[in-house]
Amino acid sequence: MEGILEFWNMIWPELGKGLLTTLQISVVALSLGLLTGIPAALARVYGPAWLRWLATAYIELFRGTPLLVQLFVIYYGLPDIARLLESMGMSGQFLVLDRMVAAYIALGLNSGAYQAEYFRSAIQAINVGQIMAARALGMSQLQAIINIVLPQSVRLAIPAWSNEVAYMVKYTSVVFIISVPDLLARGQFIISKYYNPMEILITVGIIYLIVVLGIATGMGKLEEKLRIPGLEIEAKRV
Amino acid sequence: MSKAIVRVENLHKAYGSTEVLTGVSLEVAEGEVLVVIGPSGTGKSTMLRCINLLTFPDAGHIWVAGDEITAPGANVNHIRERVGMVFQDFNLFNHLTALKNVMIALLKVKKMPEEKARELAMFELERVGLEDKADLYPAQLSGGQKQRVAIARALALDPLVMLFDEPTSALDPELIGEVLDVMKDLARDGMTMIVVTHEMGFAREVSTRMIFMEKGVIAEEGPTQEMFYNPQHPRTQQFLGKITELYGHKKDEA
Amino acid sequence: MDKLPDIINSIPYLLQGALLTIAVTVLSLLTGFVIGLPLALMRVYGGKFSAKFAATYSTVMRGLPSLVVLFILFYGMAAFISLPAFVAGCIALGFCSSAYQMELLRGAIQSVGAGQMMAARALGMSRLQAIMSIILPQALRLAIPSWSNEAAVVLKDSSLIYSVGLAELLRRSQQVAARTYQSFIVYSICALIYFLLTFVTNRGLDHAERVFRLPTPLEEH
Ligand SMILES: Nc1ncnc2c1ncn2[C@@H]1O[C@H](COP(=O)(O)OP(=O)(O)OP(=O)(O)O)[C@@H](O)[C@H]1O
Ligand SMILES: [Mg+2]
Repeated sequence: MEGILEFWNMIWPELGKGLLTTLQISVVALSLGLLTGIPAALARVYGPAWLRWLATAYIELFRGTPLLVQLFVIYYGLPDIARLLESMGMSGQFLVLDRMVAAYIALGLNSGAYQAEYFRSAIQAINVGQIMAARALGMSQLQAIINIVLPQSVRLAIPAWSNEVAYMVKYTSVVFIISVPDLLARGQFIISKYYNPMEILITVGIIYLIVVLGIATGMGKLEEKLRIPGLEIEAKRV
Repeated sequence: MSKAIVRVENLHKAYGSTEVLTGVSLEVAEGEVLVVIGPSGTGKSTMLRCINLLTFPDAGHIWVAGDEITAPGANVNHIRERVGMVFQDFNLFNHLTALKNVMIALLKVKKMPEEKARELAMFELERVGLEDKADLYPAQLSGGQKQRVAIARALALDPLVMLFDEPTSALDPELIGEVLDVMKDLARDGMTMIVVTHEMGFAREVSTRMIFMEKGVIAEEGPTQEMFYNPQHPRTQQFLGKITELYGHKKDEA
Repeated sequence: MDKLPDIINSIPYLLQGALLTIAVTVLSLLTGFVIGLPLALMRVYGGKFSAKFAATYSTVMRGLPSLVVLFILFYGMAAFISLPAFVAGCIALGFCSSAYQMELLRGAIQSVGAGQMMAARALGMSRLQAIMSIILPQALRLAIPSWSNEAAVVLKDSSLIYSVGLAELLRRSQQVAARTYQSFIVYSICALIYFLLTFVTNRGLDHAERVFRLPTPLEEH
């Protein structure tokens, strides 16, 4: 028992820092994903042809390729473009990203593509009669989308969105591969110092598990709180 | 006749190659209740939707209270505020309580202050007898109650004319009465109404004039009494006979 | 751009990596299916204990990052048994996928409905017979669309095995990128190959779904 406590005291400072980084990346990526996902979904449903096409290309590209490859293109690939720009006399330094920023952007854009699809199916689950009734009351198309369609689709998308939160937390672990000091990276660091891979990896796994389960419970509570009679039935169908 | 609230002239509308409206003209005076009947697919809903421009006609002109709404550059949203519409399947906003359903257009379209909107919405709910359901969501209301909220929602904008598109067709028989009662009260209060319905009891009791539409045109129109007891067009006779058979009411229960 | 011929010459090398990616994907999916199907049956038809076990397994596996499971098998197990990267990768992704496959199979089995089971039992079939000859033939068909989605997920996750050194598509891309100093182009080509693979996977399974689909009442529109 004492041995376990000692072990924990030894690893926790390191793992705790890593967990913080993991959570930080998750929060930023999910927020970025929300900011790109909702407009992309709206563009794909209501946009003019060219915008629909653009949104579809973004969504399919990011959903059709591995997150790790996206991370590599952004972190290792963009500096090539920077060099190209500079050889043409333009400034390209903004494309050379800090690893943390690269992680935010890659995970954010990736999550945005998935979130766009969740929101799209939620938007499409809303009866056209809702917009027609809003227009009949004198709302503009934009007012109808903002006041009627979005509030309903956000609620419908919550179950899918909770899954996305759990996914993101798990998938942040890929940033370890570009040496961002997240939970997994800190674990690997301890392993390289003390060489006890099994204990550390299982501990790391348990921490991820606790976080993911905690989020699931939290999101369940949120869903309950935002519950609207009648809307949850449709949510199941999405 | 007093002044015309709605005037429609030579309305045409086609969806692709299907011609839905092929020259509809009509006039509705202030305080009049016009009932529209006709077989399925003849363009009754399309005509109603044209009157508040939810559907834009291909040709023809529409005036509401003397202003031509089909004129280029007319403010569509402003027109719709003045023309209330009630749908067959209610279309209450699912994420809003009954009260909020009535308030939302007041807040977002009329830009009314919250307090005033609430007060007015409450008043409209009382008018349809649902003040005690104000805080329930649509899913918690019966069909009849939903439709009454939908009527209150349209009334709150203080429209010049109310359009009803088969307002009781989606309702269980025992719930139809409460909606018709609200509509009858409205008519008595002098609201101008255009009602597509197969409820002949309502038509006979409340409407001043009737229109029989078929294949995109008005086949026959006249004062309600005449249409009921002395229809000229053989198809009108046939149709009235058929819906009377289906929905009950006609000459008997006077 | 003088590196362009070099990059083009490397494409066959990348495609060989893609073959390894496909092999990992197929084996992981099969592993996941072999573990997931019995668990799904346990979850739906099992007694209290086995249903609880299956549910717990699913919750735990779906809460762990694939990368952590991979490292446990590759580095953690190294003290007991040294698994080659390929084997560790297939088992790790297979375990992770099994939980998701269990869930999608469970959904499919449940949507076949209890009435089918009852009818089969009424004809004198045993539970096992009913499952094998009545429930599963219907459930597996229903599961194809979600299964197609899962196949694409595993295909994309196979890139994680890069991190334990397997010379699959991403690892080979990294080698070519390091040699040519053209990361952007090389990783874009790599992404394109993955994109085509997921595209073909989805289309192929869509097709399978149509081929195996049972006749339905006239389609609604
Ligand atoms: N948005 C649309 N796109 C294409 N066709 C349409 C559209 N709306 C209506 N139609 C067609 O126009 C015709 C008339 O439809 P409308 O709904 O106006 O008829 P209706 O008289 O109201 O019939 P019902 O009694 O069934 O409600 C129908 O053939 C219908 O299929
Ligand atoms: Mg109609």
